[in-house]
Amino acid sequence: MAFGATVYGKLVEILSRFVSLVAVRLPDDVLPALLKASRLEDSARARLMYDAMFKNIEIAALKRVPLCQDTGVLEFFIGLGEAFPHGAVLVKAVREAVARATGDGFLRPNVVDPVANRNTGDNTGPHLPWVDLEILPGVDYADVRLYLAGGGSSRPGSARVLDPALGLEGVAEFVLNTVAEYGPPACPPLVVGVGIGPTVEIAAVLSKRALLRELGSRSPDPRVAMLEEKLAEAINELGIGPQGLGGRVTALAVHVEYAGRHAATLAVGVSTGCWALRRGWLRVYPDLSYRVPSHRGVELG
Amino acid sequence: MDRTVVQLPTTSGVLSGLRVGDSFYVSGVVVTMRDAAHERYLRGGVPLPVDLRGLAVFHAGPVMVKSGSRWVCLSIGPTTSRRMEYYESELIERTGVKIIVGKGGMGSRTAEACRRHGAIYAVFPGGCGALGASAVEEVLGVEWLDLGIPEAIWVLKVRELGPLVVAIDTEGRNLADDVLSSARTRVPAALRSLKPYLAQLSRS
Repeated sequence: MAFGATVYGKLVEILSRFVSLVAVRLPDDVLPALLKASRLEDSARARLMYDAMFKNIEIAALKRVPLCQDTGVLEFFIGLGEAFPHGAVLVKAVREAVARATGDGFLRPNVVDPVANRNTGDNTGPHLPWVDLEILPGVDYADVRLYLAGGGSSRPGSARVLDPALGLEGVAEFVLNTVAEYGPPACPPLVVGVGIGPTVEIAAVLSKRALLRELGSRSPDPRVAMLEEKLAEAINELGIGPQGLGGRVTALAVHVEYAGRHAATLAVGVSTGCWALRRGWLRVYPDLSYRVPSHRGVELG
Repeated sequence: MDRTVVQLPTTSGVLSGLRVGDSFYVSGVVVTMRDAAHERYLRGGVPLPVDLRGLAVFHAGPVMVKSGSRWVCLSIGPTTSRRMEYYESELIERTGVKIIVGKGGMGSRTAEACRRHGAIYAVFPGGCGALGASAVEEVLGVEWLDLGIPEAIWVLKVRELGPLVVAIDTEGRNLADDVLSSARTRVPAALRSLKPYLAQLSRS
């Protein structure tokens, strides 16, 4: 048991430092995408917004404080290698790691018990932090992907079951309407995740998984890759721009993930990530060594 | 660089010089209020513990830590202002607050209240919590902390908090609503431009 306790303690330590890192620094792929988007804007107002974002990124890293005060609710997407020996301990350590990062001032306490209507104070609560588990065949490590779901960027989230007759055009219309109506306050430029499948919850989870994909990546299916590209172009015709004050780039990217659908249903889900897309990827090995592929060259403080 | 700095408390006279789209900064006393504080004051009838006359209300829930007996602001930025649309016209009318700061824009009722009472609504870039905190000189006080740290009323002394962009001016012009309605009207054309590609996909 002593060994078990040590492994638990070490994993809490690693995970809480990982959580803090994700609250403070953007993953490597986001800044280049923001820089590229900022160059496409020519209004003084849009440039002012980007300048503030870039300054903010610098200050947060320098002072080691949360990039955005809304550090969200925490969603973990964990892939456990089938030969990873500490799976159950890792999953158990997530909760304490989140409470610790909150106590250390890296996370704002956001979780409210919806029945008692009270803030729980440490970002844990019924089913939170959220943990989505899958088994990775043939490997001995664990991949922990973390997404900080802020309130503002979660607010546009929608899913619905369409009739198959509406086809991909119905899907596109749903995506465009959602972004047009709810995108402006969600801190654009956005990353738009789209999930397609048989039921709302499958479409919704896939739309969130789409946000975990690296910016610049394309669906391996060339047809879906084209859909992603064309949807992004269509969204960027809406003119919402940085912070919803007008501009050319509303979506940094659109990512589409899909499942098979029921012959009688076509469900679509939309999740949006704000420009301050705080996600991370931690890989833990059986000897508890680790690396953070999402934030290269950064040590876990 | 020339920046417009509005000192708080301020007056409608000063603010009437700002138009939608203009950028500025504020220095002085800023008070945070989100959903729960608006609700307790305006629906619960509990007297507001801070006199807001001439001040700015910031739709924000900061990250705060206590160092000894003092609160320190680590990160503060705006929350979605449209959630406060239900309350804001009444807040402006009853308190004499002159600047509302948030993100994403507010609706026609707030715009009308701004026009009638010579107030403005301004956007601070969302997600810029570290930048916001760097403008906080001192946490002057906290009220209604029982609502939780994000929802409590924080009274802050700030120096050149910004950049802020006027999204509703004292004449009731509404920049964010203009962007929103323009986005809505552009949806059908954007869909039409997609159609040939979608048709091609379905055939492949």
